[in-house]
Order: sequence, then structure tokens, then C-alpha cells
Amino acid sequence: MTKTLRRGSFYAFASALAVAFLFPLLWAALSSFKPPDEAVASPPTFLPSHLSLDNYAKLAPYGAGIIRHLGNSALVSLICVAGTVVTGTLAGYGFSRFKFPGRNILFVGILATLMIPFQSILIPLFLVLGIFHLTDSLLGLGLVYITFQIPFAVFLMRNSFDSVPRELEDAAVIDGASTLDILVRVMLPIVRPGIVSVALFAFLAAWNEFLAAVVLLSKSENETLPVILLNVQIGRFGTIDWGALQAGTTLAFLPCVIVFVLLQRNYISGLTAGAVKA
Amino acid sequence: MREFGGVRAILHGIPKLRIDRSLIRTDHRVAGTKWLASLGRRDIAGVLYVMPATLLVLVLFAVPLILTGWISLHDWPLIGDPTFSGLGNYKYIASDPQFWTSIWFTTRFALVVTPGTVLIGFGLALLVRRVLPGIVALRTAYFLPVVVGMSACSYIWYWMFNDRVGIIDAGLKSIGLIRQPTEWLADPTTAFIAIAVITIWKSTGFSMVMFMVGLHEIPEEVFEAARVDGAGAFQTVWRIALPLLRQTIALVLVLAVIGSFLAFDQFYIMTRGGPQNQTISIVYWIFANGFVYYRLGYGSALAVVLLLILLVLSAIQLRAIRHPAEA
Repeated sequence: MTKTLRRGSFYAFASALAVAFLFPLLWAALSSFKPPDEAVASPPTFLPSHLSLDNYAKLAPYGAGIIRHLGNSALVSLICVAGTVVTGTLAGYGFSRFKFPGRNILFVGILATLMIPFQSILIPLFLVLGIFHLTDSLLGLGLVYITFQIPFAVFLMRNSFDSVPRELEDAAVIDGASTLDILVRVMLPIVRPGIVSVALFAFLAAWNEFLAAVVLLSKSENETLPVILLNVQIGRFGTIDWGALQAGTTLAFLPCVIVFVLLQRNYISGLTAGAVKA
Repeated sequence: MREFGGVRAILHGIPKLRIDRSLIRTDHRVAGTKWLASLGRRDIAGVLYVMPATLLVLVLFAVPLILTGWISLHDWPLIGDPTFSGLGNYKYIASDPQFWTSIWFTTRFALVVTPGTVLIGFGLALLVRRVLPGIVALRTAYFLPVVVGMSACSYIWYWMFNDRVGIIDAGLKSIGLIRQPTEWLADPTTAFIAIAVITIWKSTGFSMVMFMVGLHEIPEEVFEAARVDGAGAFQTVWRIALPLLRQTIALVLVLAVIGSFLAFDQFYIMTRGGPQNQTISIVYWIFANGFVYYRLGYGSALAVVLLLILLVLSAIQLRAIRHPAEA
């Protein structure tokens, strides 16, 4: 009897906590589908009286059109994911399977950059990108994002490759396969979970990033979603369209939630691979 | 065992590779030379594989890092020529009131957010240790704020803390705790509390996962033995789990402190550093000098100082955890 009571109170307590943690996100998403006046009603209603996409419609014209800014975020995230996966996988393979002089120093050096926060190199980064005419460019921002992700990606991929038994490659080497063949046909299917983790972290980092986007993009058309929402927050002629802000933030966080829930296992294994000393 | 099955499946599935017959030799001496030569070729291939990553890190990380130091020794305007000023920027930092305000503010922020994140995270980790139906959903719920962007969260909480349309004041009023809506973000103290709450809410799930991993590494026999010896829940945690979690605690602490010191998004979005510049974090001050006032030299000097502070903080924390007697 007491066991059921204890079990029940555990669930009650834990669920209440869960609601508390999820509340802001749920509340914003819910409110975004309310009719605009209801979204700012005081006292607020809980469930929408009827579902309405008006807030999203009112969000649409901000900046160069919200579709454009969603596209910007998507593009920069794509660049980051593709670039990080490619460079990280290639480098992980290189560090894992090849003994070249300076290999250990270089690996440690790349990892050491994890200790340096990017916030402290933003000023010269801005100047360096300027030299390459990559300021105010989504490609430039994407390259920066890739660079931030590389240490983690290389670490994770090298670990993934290290755990592949060498017998597999030996068979392929005897058959005369080139190193690239081995990578693509033998290793890639095995290290795919690692690649998914790398891609996931790269996407989340790029999609959510704010400071570098504010600093490195100047023309309004190129701004990513988190940055353009500043305009919505500031409002027009002294009034803030709260409904539009709710719609915007829902668009901002929903992809992250979806992607995380789908790929939870890869996220956690990626995290713990980094946290637990190998 | 599953892995071997997968390996076998992969082996069977490899398409026929072209056989380079020139590599097959019957003459041992020639085979030996070929092997040596191919070893060299293989090594160089390794360098090629790591080249793209290395280049990016060099150009977009290592070079800017060195440049930060170099620029900090100059008066560097956006347009026009920089002039060498030696340690002039650093001397100015010492007498810059906003610098000290920001350092003090960021330190207070870290002192509040870090214990909150670590303690609540640890509590949650203990809570979700059991294997019960639905436990994964609970863990996901607690962790979800971590994967959402800090900017999106800040916009949401900005709305929630608003005195006219926000749910927090509406809720507090309906409970009867306050009579008038509070303008949370207009007063430095309440703004501090609000931003601290957001940051703790967002970061707790991360330390929860770190502690989950740490707890998972403690063999179940240890807890069994404690149970057999009659240790209560509190004693088990306090005397057995915590000492074994020392590495994890160190890591969580260091990451939490560094994270607090690097915070920017929430301050920019919630208060723009106000009221009266009282919620300007140290990264915010670097940002302002670099990209609002375009004092690139001074901003870089601030960045160098921040780096040094973080280095010192991490060193102190790691040392204190490893040798608590000496600390």
C-alpha cells in the first residue's frame, strides 16, 4: 500500500516539475495559435478559444519577410552541418588511422581550442572575415560556426573511428582499396551514429546562435531568425506585437525540440562521449 | 556480440573492390620495399585528411586568437590606421568603472546561477535514477530547455515577465502575492533575479545529465553495500555518492562558472544591459566596445582580460576539487 503511495507521490512530484520545466515553451507555442487579442489578454486564457494563424501572418512581414529569415537560418545551419560533418569525419579518420609526424600535437592543439571561448576572439574574427570579404555573408557565418564545432566533432569522430576493429580495413587493404574507399565503404556505415551526433550538435549550435550572428551580419536581409526577432521585440511605433513574438519564438525553438526528441540517443551519447574521460 | 553480427553483415555487403594487382608481389624483397613506400604514401594521406579541419581552425581560430593580443596593444579604429599604444588599453581597464561594474555583476551572477544549476541538477539526477515507466519522458522534459536557444528562451521569458501581458505577474496577482504588477526588468535587483531564474531553468538539465553519467559509473554493489549496512538515503548520498562523484562535480562546476561568465544573449535581449547599464555582463561590455563604439583595441584588451580570468578561475576550481585539504 505504501509502495503505491510512494510511487504515486513520486510521479506527482516529478510530473509537476516536468510541467514547470516545459511550461514556458508550451505556453509560448500555445499562445502563438491564439487569436491576436487573446494572446495578450489579461488575465490570460489557457487554451486558445479557437486556433488561429493570425499571429504567424502578422509575423510574416518583419525584416525582409520572415520566410527569408527562416531560410537564412536554415542555410547557415545546413552549411554548418555539412561542413562540420565533412571536415570532422575526414579529420577524425586521419587522426585515428594514420601515423604522421605531429599527429598528437595537432590533435591536442585542436582540442585545446575548446578552452578558448569564441566570445573573446570575435573582434579579430570580424577583421579576418573582412579580409576575405565574408562579413555580412551567410557563408562567412557558416564557416565560423563550422570552426566552433570542429574540436568537438574531431574528438567524437576520432573516438568513433578508434572503436572500429582494424580487421575490417585489413580485408579491404588486401583487396587493394584506397584509403578513401575504406573510409566510405567500410568505416562510414559503422561510425554513422557518431556522424549523426556531430550533425545534431552542429545544427543546434548554428540554428540557435545569437552573438556571432549579431556581430557578423550587418544587412538586414541576411539576418538569421534569432536576430530578426529583435525587431519584433522592439516593436513598431511603441507597441509590441506580442502574438507575433510568440509565433517567432515558436518557430525558433520548435525545430530544436523536434530534432532533439527524434535523435535523443545520439545527443546523449555525443554529450557523454565528451564528458566521460575515454 | 551485436557488433560482430553487424561487422559480418557489412563484410558481406562490401561491393567488389578493384584489385590493384601491382601491389601483389611474389618477390619478398620488392614486396618489402613496396610496403615501406606505401606506408609513406599512407602517412601523407593522413595529413590530407586532417587538412581541412586544421586550416579552418588555424585561419578562423588560432590567427584571431593571436590577433586579439596584438590588437589589444593598439588604438584600433574601424576606419583609419591603428596606432600602437602598448599597455595603454590595459591601464585604462583598471580605471574603467563600467569594467568593474560588469566584473562584479558577472561574478554575482555566476555565484547565484552556479549553485542553483548544480544543486537542482544533482537533485534531478537522483530523482530520475530509477528505472520506471515514463522516466525517459521525465528526463527529456527536464533536459529540453537545454537544446532550445538562449535567445528564443529570452524572448519568451521577456514576454512572461512583462508587467502588462506576462503570465508571471498575472499569476502572482491571482495568488495574492502582489497587488500591483511589477516591472521586473526596470529594477536592477528584480532584473537580476529574473535573468538568474531563466539561466538556471535553462542550464539545470545539462548538469542533471552530467550527474546521471557520474552516478551511472558508480557500481551498483556500492549502493547495495550501503543498503546492507543500514545507511539511509541521505547518508548514502552524502558520504558515499558525493565523494565518488568528485570528478563529475569538478567538471559541472567549471562548466557552469565558465558558462555564467560568458553569458550574453539573455542580458542583451531581456534588458539591453539596463537599467542604467547595471546588467551589462563582461562579454556584453566587450561586445559594446568592439561593435557599438568600435573601440577594437580596447575591446580586445577586455577580451584578453576575460580569457585570463577564466583561466585562473578554472585552475582554482580544479585544484580545489582535487586537493580539498590544501584549498
